[in-house]
Amino acid sequence: MTATRERETASEPRSRRNQPRTLLGKTGEWFEERLKVARPTRHYLNKVFPDHWSFMMGEIALYSFVVLLLTGTFLTFFFDAAMGEVRYNGSYQPLQGVEMSQAYASTLHISFDVRGGLVIRQIHHWAALMFIAAMLIHMGRIFFTGAFRKPRELNWIIGISLIVLGVIEGFAGYSLPDDLLSGTGLRIADAIMLSIPIIGSWVSFAVFDGEFPGTAIVGRLYIAHVLLIPAILVALITVHLALIVRQKHTQFPAAGRTESSVSGERVYPIYAAKAGGFFFIVFGVLAGLGGFAQINPIWLFGPYNPAQVSSGSQPDWYMAMLDGSTRLFPSWEIHGLFGRYTVPAVFWPTVVLPTILIGLALAYPFIEARLTKDRAKHHLLQRPRDVPVRTSLGAMALTFCIVLFISGGNDLVAAAFDISLNAMTWGGRVALIILPPLAYVLTYRICLGLQRHDREVLEHGVETGIIRRLPTGEFIEVHQPLGPVDDHGHGELNYAGASVPKRMNQLGTGALRHARGFFRPVVEKPEIAEKLAEVEESEEASDAAERRDKIAVELEEVEAERRHQLTD
Amino acid sequence: MTHSTANIPGPDELREMSPEEAMLAGADSGGVHVVHRRQRYPIPGTKAEKRAERGVSFMFGLAALAGVAFIVVFVAWPYVYHLPGEGSQRFRFYTPLLGGLLGLMLLGLGFGAVLWAKWLMPEEEAVEERDDEPSPDEEKLMTAATLSVGFEDTGLQRRRMLVGSLALAGGALATVPLVALVGALIKKPGNQLAHTLWGQPPDKYPNGVPVIYSDGRRVSPNDIQAGGLATVFPGVPGGITSANTPTLLIRLRPNQTVKSRKGQADFGWGDFVAFSKICTHAGCPASLYEQQTTRLLCPCHQSQFEVLQDAKPVFGPATRPLPKLPLGIEVVDGTQYFVGRHDFVEPIGPAYWERP
Repeated sequence: MTATRERETASEPRSRRNQPRTLLGKTGEWFEERLKVARPTRHYLNKVFPDHWSFMMGEIALYSFVVLLLTGTFLTFFFDAAMGEVRYNGSYQPLQGVEMSQAYASTLHISFDVRGGLVIRQIHHWAALMFIAAMLIHMGRIFFTGAFRKPRELNWIIGISLIVLGVIEGFAGYSLPDDLLSGTGLRIADAIMLSIPIIGSWVSFAVFDGEFPGTAIVGRLYIAHVLLIPAILVALITVHLALIVRQKHTQFPAAGRTESSVSGERVYPIYAAKAGGFFFIVFGVLAGLGGFAQINPIWLFGPYNPAQVSSGSQPDWYMAMLDGSTRLFPSWEIHGLFGRYTVPAVFWPTVVLPTILIGLALAYPFIEARLTKDRAKHHLLQRPRDVPVRTSLGAMALTFCIVLFISGGNDLVAAAFDISLNAMTWGGRVALIILPPLAYVLTYRICLGLQRHDREVLEHGVETGIIRRLPTGEFIEVHQPLGPVDDHGHGELNYAGASVPKRMNQLGTGALRHARGFFRPVVEKPEIAEKLAEVEESEEASDAAERRDKIAVELEEVEAERRHQLTD
Repeated sequence: MTHSTANIPGPDELREMSPEEAMLAGADSGGVHVVHRRQRYPIPGTKAEKRAERGVSFMFGLAALAGVAFIVVFVAWPYVYHLPGEGSQRFRFYTPLLGGLLGLMLLGLGFGAVLWAKWLMPEEEAVEERDDEPSPDEEKLMTAATLSVGFEDTGLQRRRMLVGSLALAGGALATVPLVALVGALIKKPGNQLAHTLWGQPPDKYPNGVPVIYSDGRRVSPNDIQAGGLATVFPGVPGGITSANTPTLLIRLRPNQTVKSRKGQADFGWGDFVAFSKICTHAGCPASLYEQQTTRLLCPCHQSQFEVLQDAKPVFGPATRPLPKLPLGIEVVDGTQYFVGRHDFVEPIGPAYWERP
């Protein structure tokens, strides 16, 4: 720092010749003189982002959230979060003259009488579904690749908090229109609150301002939905991203990637264009869904009425697991506790089970660190096959959740496939206990199989598909070794946690990040390839290559030093 | 930043450099090393390069066109709902058109930007140092000293009284908002959950509470055929909108008999029985009645209640039978009408801690 400052003072007063003349330069100078931004600007513009398709899940979640904020703000201009009774006289004729709450009437107003209101409402709903789906898939990516390990435990905890809050936010949001479907959902939420031991009825009365449904709940859910929870979400997302900037991204192992560096593209301009473009793609897909795929047509459900329900009532998808657990749990109620108290059956699948699941997820990084005694920092990701126990545990948890998810719609499955509803319930109960361990064992075997295949290819090479007949009459398939071989023709490469080429056309692409083509590398036309080779050659000759070699040596030194420190 | 500023070239040196060299030097000084950098089209002006530029421009052009079309549709397309056969149905395309055009505009922008980066901007591979080595010992020692001296300066270690009073004040600070919030929200449940509007003082309704349909008409035994059922409510103010009052009035077939629970044998009337419609599991209306099997099914979690066994739960997560309403008859102007003789004898709907 001191060195820079001295240099600056030495060069004052600056000659006019050195003053910026371009618009960009003048703008930069304006801010520089006021905020001293030269160095931080350069630092953030040069930040390196690694590239992998699985890293886009978190981006989808973030962009869906932005879409939610934009479309949600539009909706607040027209929504009336009140439960006073009104008689509908909007332009949707089938409901004209029907008594309904102001909340329901204003949702009809948005859907039928506000230009573009329906498309925005539907984009908002689709974005909410996408937000939670993307967060969960993102969580799966983090889990299965070990990205939650030290030093990223904090971000794992924030991430899970985001998912839980997102689900609550979603539930609060779709309860606002006060239609038959969401009213039924609220009724169940009330039953869940009532089921909490000791304070249950007090919680329910506090939330609903008296007995269900009351006239306060929509107003309260509204302020939670548009202010309270979004504010917490924004704060947590900010910290989530700040931690990523501080700790930098994880990346998959590959040639030239180390624990002490991150490689990819710089923010400015390439990554910024890609990520900005991706935001518009996510928004565009959501807009298309909002336009073409009807969602939550509340005018077909009708206003909430405690005496009515439609068969096949389904909540938003992320609630299906809770619904499923409630359907599968047997009728086990504790009567006469301490002589006179009751613990309802609803309590176990809706309060206890989610608490356990979320608690386990929150604690997982610490449990794994304790069991594996792995206290080191990790920035390179693991391939799921290389950590069979974790991968199998994840598969087990996923299976558990999928059984619950399917059971959440077991009446629809029963109707679609003409199965007995009771058989679906019993099937779900049995599957919930049997399938997860089965998934564990299967996944474990698959992981080991994949590991062995990697080793085999490293040892014997890639199958070429060329069959050769030996003089002895034996047929063998010719294998292409991946690297140098020993006297017995066995490959000498060790497995390094990176993907191993399994087909001939994948050879040589490991080190070449910029191989063109999505499914298979594109071969350049001969005349272009020739010219490119010329250009490469001239580059090689220049100092660019020298610089590159120098940096490679430096990086190796840094890495060696780090390893040295670790062994100490 | 641990990166030393020593390897930054001087200003004069930088002015001599090409912009690209200066950029690379700047990246290097921040620990970002561009190890590979090549123009996508090292030979300028080739057909392929022009084709790529045309592709990207096409995307942006598409976005602009879709935006214009969106505005036109938004303003000019009819959007007001008409019943089928009663006016133009073109409004049905309003939302798909808006969503489609908005999507097209955004996708054009998005794909344009991504392809711009992938086709036209230089390909590069940069390596950034992670800079996550632990802080050097001297840093940690100085910070630790700062923290501990600051703590000593507060005197909290020695001044017991201060600690105690501060803890009390902190406790107050934490509790006051909690008390204010909880105190404002809280409502005493009392025994409201155990009663419904079917229970009315006998001096007000000496013959029992009138049983009515949701439109307010009184329910007469002749309204319902054998095997039929109706959702009924107490004919009192708020009786129809309350979440606790919906009741299913079922007329059994002639040969069916209900095995009543103890003390509830006279709750039915003739071949009529009435049960609370609110499921004892999670409070949804248990509204699907299967005549053949005489079962009531709740569509929310599939609890099933056997009507002939006094709505006893026979499958699913519900644990308790649906409470039974004691039916009676009142004769007005020569017509028989149902009344509820008194409230359900047990709380209806989902269970809770204090439920006996």
